[in-house]
Amino acid sequence: MPPSAAKEPRSGPRVQLYLPIADIPVNVLLILAMGAAVGFVSGMFGIGGGFLMTPLLIFVGISPAVAVASVTSHMAASSFTGALSYWRRRAIDPMLAFVLLCGGIAGTGLGVWFFVLMRSVGQLDLVIAISYVVLLTAVGGLMVYEGFRAILRTRRGQVAMARRSGNRNWLYALPLKIRFKRSKIYLSVIPVVAIGVLIGFIGSVMGVGGGFILVPMLIYLLRVPTATVVGTSAVLTLVTMLVATVLHAATSHLVDAVLALLLMIGGVTGAQFGARAGQRIAGEQLRLLLGLLVLAVGIRFAIELGIRPAELFTIREVGPST
Amino acid sequence: MSGAAPRLLLTALLFVLALPLGGARAEKLIVSVSNARITVTPNYAGGELVLFGSIERDNPAPTDAARYDLVVTVTGPRADMVTRRKERRFGIWINADSREFLMVPIYLAVFSNRPIDSIAPIDVRRRQQLGISHVLLTQRIGTDYADVVSDDQFRSAFVRLRTERGLYHEDAAAVKFLTPTLFRTGIPLPAQVPIGSYDVQIKLFSGGELLTETETSFEIAKIGFEQFVADAARQHGLIYGVLTALMALMSGWMASIVFRRD
Repeated sequence: MPPSAAKEPRSGPRVQLYLPIADIPVNVLLILAMGAAVGFVSGMFGIGGGFLMTPLLIFVGISPAVAVASVTSHMAASSFTGALSYWRRRAIDPMLAFVLLCGGIAGTGLGVWFFVLMRSVGQLDLVIAISYVVLLTAVGGLMVYEGFRAILRTRRGQVAMARRSGNRNWLYALPLKIRFKRSKIYLSVIPVVAIGVLIGFIGSVMGVGGGFILVPMLIYLLRVPTATVVGTSAVLTLVTMLVATVLHAATSHLVDAVLALLLMIGGVTGAQFGARAGQRIAGEQLRLLLGLLVLAVGIRFAIELGIRPAELFTIREVGPST
Repeated sequence: MSGAAPRLLLTALLFVLALPLGGARAEKLIVSVSNARITVTPNYAGGELVLFGSIERDNPAPTDAARYDLVVTVTGPRADMVTRRKERRFGIWINADSREFLMVPIYLAVFSNRPIDSIAPIDVRRRQQLGISHVLLTQRIGTDYADVVSDDQFRSAFVRLRTERGLYHEDAAAVKFLTPTLFRTGIPLPAQVPIGSYDVQIKLFSGGELLTETETSFEIAKIGFEQFVADAARQHGLIYGVLTALMALMSGWMASIVFRRD
C-alpha cells in the first residue's frame, strides 16, 4: 500500500509506467507509438531503425546510455524476424555471415568496453551524440545526394546505371581468400572481418543494428550480390545485438527490459504496415525521403551539441545505494 | 497488551520525573511515523508519510511564554554521486569539471515550523546541521575530502538538481503545531524514492537553543514487477542480459509467425 494520500496518476488509468532502469515514468502509449513509428519506417525501407529509435528515446528524456543499451535488444528482436524470413528464402550466405560474425563479436566486445570506459570518465553522452552527428549527417547527406541524382536521372529518361561493375577493387588483392559459395564471390577474409569489427563496435556504442552502413559496404566494397546481402546483414545484426545486450546488461546494468519489450511490440507491428506502404512508393523517392530523415536526426544532434544546455550540471550515482 | 507494559511505562515515567533537573525545563519528544514500513507499488505516483509528535514537559504550565521550534531532518540511504559541469570547448558543450560527493543522502528533507534562520543562530545551525545548506555533503576534490561552503557552485547545483527531482526538500512551514505541544509534519515521498532505511531526526529548540532531540526511522521497500526487474538488472546482470536476449529472440520469432507472409 502506498502511504496516505497517494495521488492517482494524472493521465488516466495506468498509461503511466515506471521504467525500472531508465528510472523515469513514461507514457506507455507514447513509447508504443514511437516503436510503431520507427517500425513503420524500418519496414518501409527495410532497415533496423536503431539509428532512429535511439535518438527518439534520447529526445523524450531517457538517458543516452540507457537508450543505447535497451535499443540493442530491440534490434536483436527485429533482426531475428528478418533473419528468419531470409533464412526461409535461402537469402543468407552462411559462410559470409560466419566470417562477419567473427569480427562482429570482437567488435561488440570492444564497443561495450569503450562504452563503459567513456561512461566512467563522464563523456559517454558526448561520444554518443558526436557519433550520431558524424554518422547520420554523412550517411544522410550521401543518401540525399544519391536520391536527387537518381530522380534527376529518371526525369531525363536515363536508365539507372548498374553499380555492380566487373572491376574488382584492391580489397580483392588481399591474401587469405576463401570462397563464399552462396554469394558467388572469392574474397579475402581480412576486409570481411574488419567490417564485422567496425559494425559490432558502432552498433554497441550507438545502439544501432548497423545495417544502413553494412549493406552499402557489402555491396560497394565487397561486391556481395543483392540477393544475399540483406539477409546476411540481418544475421550479423542479430548476433552482435544479442551479444551487446548481454554485455551491456552484465557491465553497466543499463538494459531496460520493460522499455525494450514496449519497443519490440510497437516495432514489429509498425514494421508490417511499413513494409506494405513501402511497396507503393517508388524506390528513388523512398530513398531520398529516408536520406532526409537521417540527415534531420543528425542535424538535430549537432544543434544540441552547439547550443548552451539549459542545465550545465548533471548528477550520476556511482556508489552503493543501499 | 500484557500487564508488564503499563508498569514499565509507569516506571519510565517515574524515572523521568525523578531525574534531578536542576530547575531547568526538561522536554521530552515522543514521535511516531504513520507507517514504519512503506511498500511502494509500481503505480505509486508519490505520497506522503505523516510524522506525529508531542512535547512532554515535566513542568505542565510553563511560566515563560517560550515558543517551541522544531526541525525535522529526514535522511535517506546514502550513495556516492558525481556532479559534472558542462563547458563550451571547441564550440560544443562537454562535461569538463566534476566533483565527487561521497556517501551523501539520496533523499534529504528538512522541515521546520518557521524559517530555520529565525529558529537558531548561525553557529547552532552549523553545529546541528540544520537545513540543507548546513547538512554535511562531503566532496572529494582531488585527494582532499571536505564539505565546502554552502554557496559552492557544485554543491548548490547538486542540491538544486536533487530538489528538482523531488529528492531534496526543504519546507519551513511543514511542521504544524496542533496544540502548543502536539505537532505533525508530512514527509513527501516522490515516485522515485530510493529503497532503504530512512532516519528521521527531530530537534526541539527554544530561544535558539537545542532543548532535546530524538530519532525515529522508517523503511521503504518497493514491490512489483518493475522493482523485480531493477533488482535483477543490478544484482544478476549477466543472467538478466541473457534473459533479455532470449526475450528479444522470442518476440522476434513470434512476430515472424504472426506476420508471416511467405
